[in-house]
Amino acid sequence: MALLKVTKLSKIFGGLKAVSDFNTIIAPGELIGLIGPNGAGKTTVFNLLTGVYAPTEGRIEFDGAGLAGLKPYQITQRGIARTFQNIRLFSELSVLDNVKIAYHFHVRYGLAEAVLRIGRYFREEDEIEQKALTLLDIFQLAHRRDEIARNLPYGEQRRLEIARALAAQPRLLLLDEPAAGMNPQETQQLMSMIRWIRQEFNLTILLIEHDMSLVMGVCERIYVLDYGSVIAQGTPAQIRSNPRVVEAYLGEEVH
Amino acid sequence: MRIQTKTDLASLACGLTLYALLEGLILADIIPPYWQLNVIRVCIYIILATSLNLINGITGQFSIGHAGFMAIGAYMSAIMTVKLGLPFLVAILTGGLAAALLGFLIGLPTLRLSGDYLAIATLGLGEIIRITILNISYVGGASGFMGIPKYTNFTWAFLLMLFTLFFIKNFVNSTHGRACIAIRENEIAAEAMGVNTTKYKVLAFTIGAAFAGVAGALFSHNFYMAHPTSFTFMQSFDILTMVVLGGLGSMTGSIVGVIALTGISAYMADYPEIRMIIYALLLIVLMLFRPQGLFGSKEISLRIFSRLTGGERRGAAQGN
Repeated sequence: MALLKVTKLSKIFGGLKAVSDFNTIIAPGELIGLIGPNGAGKTTVFNLLTGVYAPTEGRIEFDGAGLAGLKPYQITQRGIARTFQNIRLFSELSVLDNVKIAYHFHVRYGLAEAVLRIGRYFREEDEIEQKALTLLDIFQLAHRRDEIARNLPYGEQRRLEIARALAAQPRLLLLDEPAAGMNPQETQQLMSMIRWIRQEFNLTILLIEHDMSLVMGVCERIYVLDYGSVIAQGTPAQIRSNPRVVEAYLGEEVH
Repeated sequence: MRIQTKTDLASLACGLTLYALLEGLILADIIPPYWQLNVIRVCIYIILATSLNLINGITGQFSIGHAGFMAIGAYMSAIMTVKLGLPFLVAILTGGLAAALLGFLIGLPTLRLSGDYLAIATLGLGEIIRITILNISYVGGASGFMGIPKYTNFTWAFLLMLFTLFFIKNFVNSTHGRACIAIRENEIAAEAMGVNTTKYKVLAFTIGAAFAGVAGALFSHNFYMAHPTSFTFMQSFDILTMVVLGGLGSMTGSIVGVIALTGISAYMADYPEIRMIIYALLLIVLMLFRPQGLFGSKEISLRIFSRLTGGERRGAAQGN
């Protein structure tokens, strides 16, 4: 059964069709790429999937249930987590606190228990701390736990954002340009990490990326967007040889 | 025993020792009556400042209507003691609950606004509360609510202050507090991490209002009367100044801000004109050299001392 099913999704801003007639069916465990030139509507698709924007038309089904009308936090609680193109960490907080916040909606202790520090408070706080540290360990950030997020190098901030998204324990992970600003070596590490977390956390991953070596290297299927519409889809090999894709990226050949 | 429980008990012991010391000095009349009043003022303002800090500093929602909630607490509690003859504790609780209810009702629509707009809305609402009270003759209208018994003493003020500090500290150091801090840091990311941002903004606002109401109850039972002029936006502004001076987001900073500014006012009471100039100069100097406030968003805590003595090495940020 499909984990994510998007039918006829459109978003219009004033006179601009940012996304038009976007369809996809993603099965559990797939690793899908979403590419296209700047301004093609890729991030808008992410914003529609996570409830930041309400679609003008179309339907999004996650795990068999429609997401229409849900707030972003409710969609996260259903199991879709994301990272942002322009990093949005809690920049003045420690690395550890950044990850801890993402466990928020799994916490069951109430306000009174928190204020009086009784009941489930200590047990659950310990649990969160342990889980957060394990996650930081996986992303080689454990030694940075008390560092303020803003002070991390760029590549580590990107990794922290992925770690934080995973702490929300999603089934579908949306990565918005995870390799942006990384050097080739870091991109290589990121690729193997993406493959590994998919296995380890049983994830389905949809990623936006401009770095073709990464997209072609890890994705099983790729959608190409241009001017809000899907102009091609298929395996990396098919995409690479598709004339419309080449045209969208490099422009038409002049005779 | 857990480190947190240990530091909690140690802080509590420090607080109670301080209480015993000051109470002893007051009973022995070593602290003159004028300064006794100021000590009580400090306690009341610490409740006000730390509760405003929860809204402005921790959750990052810039509210400047705190005097309005204080007024609700002051008048509601006075109605309880004067008109209904109920005990002081009931009056304090009613004052706090009434302010909380109003905070909730006001917070729900206004917290959709952000930044300057929220500040203007809360400023206006604070004034609406004051002017409404001004026109209710049941509570004395413009001439003020007279004949309120003086129930507030150092013990009430200090113990309620201690309760407030523990409440807010433990709130901030829980997942609920982290949700509030996440909203301050990046609202979009907080929402994307599953935090119900509206709920937590309203929650912080309601808790802040509740404690402002408690402080209001202490305030009105300290001066034999409650008067609408005590709750103008200048009052809100005073509280805000204390919070900003100490550092938005820092509880210990708020406490230091209150002590510093109440101290200055008390020393300068004979020269009210110079007092305002000093106030203003202090803020200008602060904004030039340390715009984040004395403490920034850092906390001083007992952990720092254990760190100095070579104990456990952990950041003291966000305190414990």
